[in-house]
Amino acid sequence: MTDYQPTSGGDDVHALSGAYAVDALEPDERARFEAHLRQCADCRDEVDSLREAAAVLGTDDLAPPASLRDRLLADIATIRPLPPLMAEDAAPRAETPSAVVVQLDSRRRSVARIPLFAAAAAVIVAAVGGLWVRSDDEPPAPEITAEQVLAAADASSTDKSFPDGATAVVTVSRSLARSVIHTDDMRAAPEGKDYQLWLQTPAGVMEPAGVMPDLRDATVLLDGDASTATGVGITVEPDGGSERPSSEPIAVFPLGT
Amino acid sequence: MGPVQDNPIGAPLAGAPVGAPDDASDLGSLLKRASRGDQVAFAGIYDTTAARVHGLVLRVVRDPAQAEEVTQEVFLEVWRQSSRYDAERGSALAWLMTIAHRKAVDRVRSAEAASRRDETYHQRNQTPEHDTTAEAAHASLEAHRVRAALAHLTEVQREAIELAYFGGYTHTEVAALLDLPVGTAKTRIRDGLIRLRDTIGVGR
Repeated sequence: MTDYQPTSGGDDVHALSGAYAVDALEPDERARFEAHLRQCADCRDEVDSLREAAAVLGTDDLAPPASLRDRLLADIATIRPLPPLMAEDAAPRAETPSAVVVQLDSRRRSVARIPLFAAAAAVIVAAVGGLWVRSDDEPPAPEITAEQVLAAADASSTDKSFPDGATAVVTVSRSLARSVIHTDDMRAAPEGKDYQLWLQTPAGVMEPAGVMPDLRDATVLLDGDASTATGVGITVEPDGGSERPSSEPIAVFPLGT
Repeated sequence: MGPVQDNPIGAPLAGAPVGAPDDASDLGSLLKRASRGDQVAFAGIYDTTAARVHGLVLRVVRDPAQAEEVTQEVFLEVWRQSSRYDAERGSALAWLMTIAHRKAVDRVRSAEAASRRDETYHQRNQTPEHDTTAEAAHASLEAHRVRAALAHLTEVQREAIELAYFGGYTHTEVAALLDLPVGTAKTRIRDGLIRLRDTIGVGR
């Protein structure tokens, strides 16, 4: 889609490239800039070249203890290298925003077919009737993208670090009534399980808000109306997700008002 | 292929130091082989880059025990992600150093590590000792080149980059440390990196 406007104080989002290249962005800025990178080939090129420059800064060579080599060589024997990224996964290189598409594809694979069928039926009804009738539980603006939420003037973020170094940032825009989660370096859910997202209503009920794609770094638009949600939770659920959380959340992100 | 073709995995490789002219493409081909599960290739990557990676990690993390853990994480990540290296986007060394830097910064920013770092800050508030092996000669040549390039930067650009890159501070923290208006440190960092890039002639 079109390039979106800077998010605060009239700064130019492109100007974040240097701080991004040396990991000096705040977590919410990082998530926003990564969303921007998916759309901006110039910034991707610039970040690559600035990382190249930063990489020459570290010249204080110091060999780690010799025991580390043995440990690593033993460790890697038990770890399978990841497969190459296929074209559809390569969101950061694509010219169009595709993170959401990737996420939808994954969900389509793992979640029931009924909602899809229902959606198709709705399209047919709309086409035949010439009217778009919106039911109450649909988000107010179905075409909203993760990028729009991240760039919204009222976007606010909460982040969390996991003990293994993974991080996740939840960003909510009350005006757009949607929320987005961005994960960095998130370990895959255990075999046969998915990370499921939940929106907590003011009454304390956890509403299902989608299933995370099986990607370490992902930006996902949560399902559901976030205009009054009080928090976002992540639980580990059987593949495809559950109707209700079946375990304690591994992370909870309180959403400010 | 590289010089490690027949190197048994157990024996450290007496490889050329990082940054030697024919090393960059070699590192790329070692990564390619590692992505297919070649553990000898991985040992070659480790032997040519471990000192460079660990030096950076230690400088950022400061605590030797934690630095060793981070360096271990970095190389496990390199093994796991080796197929994701894309030669069109930059050198293999920069790819590796990007992973190393991100992991080191993540470590110092986690609250627990931050408090531990503060406790040890006064004992360790010095740059790590230089490697005393033969490789140091090459490294110091390179360091000299980098220092010369850094001399082309303004004082504020250089300080901002060093606080961000070695200190692991965010640009807003850098602004506060340097008494800059909020929002200007990121511009200094970017301008400085662009000048550094153009002076050293890396990237494009």
